[in-house]
Amino acid sequence: MPPDSPPAAVPAPSPPTSSPPSLIALFVAFAKMSLAGFGGVLVWARRGIVDQHKWMTADEFNETFALCHFLPGPNIVNLTFVFGSRFRGIAGAIAAFAGLVGPPVVIVTVLAALYQRYGEIDALRRILAGVSCAAVGLLIAVVFRMMWPLIKRRDWIGLVVLAAVFVAIGLLRLPLAAVLLVAIPISLAITFAMRRRGAA
Amino acid sequence: MNSDANPLLTLAWTFALMSLFAVGGANSAIPEMHRVAVDVQHWLTDKQFADVYAISQLSPGPNVLIVTLIGYSVAGIAGALVATLSMCVPTAVLALCVSRFLARSSHARWPAIVQAALVPLSIGLMGASGFVLARASDRTLAAALVTAGAAVLASVTRLNPLWMLLAGGCLGFAGLIG
Repeated sequence: MPPDSPPAAVPAPSPPTSSPPSLIALFVAFAKMSLAGFGGVLVWARRGIVDQHKWMTADEFNETFALCHFLPGPNIVNLTFVFGSRFRGIAGAIAAFAGLVGPPVVIVTVLAALYQRYGEIDALRRILAGVSCAAVGLLIAVVFRMMWPLIKRRDWIGLVVLAAVFVAIGLLRLPLAAVLLVAIPISLAITFAMRRRGAA
Repeated sequence: MNSDANPLLTLAWTFALMSLFAVGGANSAIPEMHRVAVDVQHWLTDKQFADVYAISQLSPGPNVLIVTLIGYSVAGIAGALVATLSMCVPTAVLALCVSRFLARSSHARWPAIVQAALVPLSIGLMGASGFVLARASDRTLAAALVTAGAAVLASVTRLNPLWMLLAGGCLGFAGLIG
């Protein structure tokens, strides 16, 4: 397992404040953030990395997160990987990733086994039905919170692109890859054109 | 059902490919997960998919854990691990390569443009996630009202979301959701 392998000989690009964390410290820190994070780990990751351990400044954290947000895949997993590697190379990336994903995967696998065994019990079915209704509501709230800046600055083009993706994926149920292979170039072209117009 | 193919290979291939298109995170890929798991592969029913999402939200950890649950229901513990790693590792390695490349070069302008271009796409995808999940879980008026209530409460208050999940569970247990 990664935590007891020797520190990788990768030049750590000047950690901001304190000395670089060990592999075990990375594993434990990310396990803690992950287990604290109900409905998303980002808030806890910021708190742990920036406020508690002072491994990054707030700006460095924002920059790293922005990078991981525009890349595909689970953002927080990407962030964890990039962060771990910055201090301890690939071994650090694996240690942080194992901390982030390992313990919750164990928990969720136990829950899955329980669900498979007892999922047909009526009381449990009713409870899960209630929880999923509320969970969907939470997701919708996140969507509105993310949409709000676009509405506020009257970004009509952005909103049209947003609506088109919603219709294609949510209503027409087209395959994700096909939709994005069309939508990404269009959105990039629009954004690029707008920037040039704004700069001119 | 794709019964002659090895289910672990199908899981690995499905989620590795899907992760590369998960613009904005795991929640953006939920409609695609639903399309593949319910409509194409028949791994889960609509109702089971809604349940699996609920369980993933009830557990701590990153949002990507819904993939672990889908993997488990297809091929047990091996399926859970394969699905999780397939969804996480390819894009994590990609992120690592890109971050090293950016650290070495000074092309600091295009990431901002790419990011700005992807924002509306990822919101649209997450909106579709909300819609697909609402169609799977809100089968009665009462259920739709719980969803709407949670959405409003989460928008206007700073209440810990866990409380709303618990409240939903209690309402469900009391038989108010049907």
